[in-house]
Amino acid sequence: MTARAHPIGGVILAVEGVSLAFGGVQALREVSFDVREHEVRAIIGPNGAGKSSMLNVINGVYHPQQGTIRYLGREYHDMDSHEVAASGISRTFQNLALFKGMTVLDNIMAGRNLKMRTNLLLQALRIGPALREELEHREAVERIIDFLEIQAYRKIPVGRLPYGLQKRVDLARALAMEPRLLLLDEPMAGMNVEEKQDMCRFILDVNDQFGTTIVLIEHDMGVVMDISDRVVVLDYGRKIGDGTPDDVRANQAVIDAYLGVSH
Amino acid sequence: MLYRENGQFKSTYASDQQMLPIAQDRVFMVLLLAFAFIGVPLVTSDYVFLSLLIPFLILTLAAIGLNLLVGYCGQISIGHAAFMAVGAYAAYNLVLRVPQLNFLVVLLLAGLIAAVIGVLFGIPSLRIKGLYLAVATLAAQFFSDWMFARVKWFTNYAHSGSVQTAPIELFGWTVETPVEKYLFLLAVLVVFTLVAKNLVRGHIGREWMAMRDMDVAAEVIGIRPVYAKLTAFAVSAFYCGVAGALWGFVYLGSWEPLAFNLNLSLNLLFMIIIGGMGSLLGSYFGAAFIVALPILLDQVPIWLGVPISTATSAHLALMIFGALIVFFLIVEPHGLARLWAIGKEKLRLWPFPH
Repeated sequence: MTARAHPIGGVILAVEGVSLAFGGVQALREVSFDVREHEVRAIIGPNGAGKSSMLNVINGVYHPQQGTIRYLGREYHDMDSHEVAASGISRTFQNLALFKGMTVLDNIMAGRNLKMRTNLLLQALRIGPALREELEHREAVERIIDFLEIQAYRKIPVGRLPYGLQKRVDLARALAMEPRLLLLDEPMAGMNVEEKQDMCRFILDVNDQFGTTIVLIEHDMGVVMDISDRVVVLDYGRKIGDGTPDDVRANQAVIDAYLGVSH
Repeated sequence: MLYRENGQFKSTYASDQQMLPIAQDRVFMVLLLAFAFIGVPLVTSDYVFLSLLIPFLILTLAAIGLNLLVGYCGQISIGHAAFMAVGAYAAYNLVLRVPQLNFLVVLLLAGLIAAVIGVLFGIPSLRIKGLYLAVATLAAQFFSDWMFARVKWFTNYAHSGSVQTAPIELFGWTVETPVEKYLFLLAVLVVFTLVAKNLVRGHIGREWMAMRDMDVAAEVIGIRPVYAKLTAFAVSAFYCGVAGALWGFVYLGSWEPLAFNLNLSLNLLFMIIIGGMGSLLGSYFGAAFIVALPILLDQVPIWLGVPISTATSAHLALMIFGALIVFFLIVEPHGLARLWAIGKEKLRLWPFPH
């Protein structure tokens, strides 16, 4: 294997003792783990293990009852998701959360909203800075469109695209934010083998070319073991394993969680 | 056959992002504007101006305002006549108390005052959505009905509660005859449509639509819901405020608080539903439909020579009106604007099958 363009650095995200409950349901119990700069970190676990809840806690959709999240040295536990976004964390969604009535281009352009600053009046008249800004960001968005090979679908409302492409637009919108940390919630769910391969390639390219740190949830063990540097395993909201893919594969608690144990 | 975009290659993003990227559309738009500004005044009678075109232009403006909020930002309101009332009474009081102001300034100020009220009544949208929000916006309607009927200062202590206005004056030009009114309103509408188009195809428009389509995802990519929703309420109420001022000054001339009741709010909502949610063109279609249909339905029995009493024809018109609304909702839930888009799509290929 060739050396990485962006070698793995220090910890940029640390989750410390996070617990989250919905009424009587304990979704997460004192989960702690960390993510290092430039690495690909996977979160795996059986259905209902709390993986998506974990992502939702990290990007501020849910606020945990206990524990803190430390991102780039700053601690937070009840930041709103738009503030988290402003600090450089973006994500994709398990059940596609694209803006269905908007074109592919507009969806991705929306991903750059944090970088667009002209006021309402200038936008209303579409003069000077407002027009310049639109064109500048269009260029940046076109680079992402090229990168993800979706040139042909620019002007099509996303609701009309097939599922695999919608997943790609979802990734494009997240990339448009130029995130430092990218959270991917089952980026390959429901895809066929070719689509999965494409998606793997894109994820690795993002990591390699932009140096983006990636946290992903995935069910396809082959994919997880192939592309991730370190893996966290959750089961019933608890962390039961953490380490390199090989460590995790050999971990008895993980094997039990996936295969079940006889009592 | 003529409507083809073959060979029109875009080599810059600016040319790809222009308002009408297809050359034929641009030609059509220029011709249409020329016809509206020059042709229409030459061939149209005063009756058509007063009962059809003038209300059409003003209601289109109001419908665009409501469409920005409901169609683009996804926040339902059934109290938008309240913002028209605020605009109308604000303009009335400005003209009354600060007579030296230019009417264009009065219009903008009336819009701004309506925008402030719009933001106030938009605050519930931060917590509730859908039907619950719709009911909450009714508060605006009832509040304005009450305020302009009870607080006499707004109507300058008029005994009957109704207010009168003089014809408006612009830089020495008195807008008095139906043709003049039409031209003035048309100019205002063109400018406001252009501004609305710029907003919805710009950054703020994307924020609104993102809020409409998937609010959780919108927040996750960094859109502040407070800002997106309240700007939509503000701009929407601004448009309705201006439309309300024009409705009072140019169309009605004298009015009482009932002129801006719930009925008008509902009519605005019908316009954007029939015309097309999330489409500026749809606002035009919807307003035209709602303004023209009752008049057409009145005229049809006369043209056919069927002698029916005016009362019967009025009832009949209402029934047909209701039936047509239901028919349109079933046949094309995305409104007339969608039918127009489908027609355009077909025209690109016509007369070849593929």
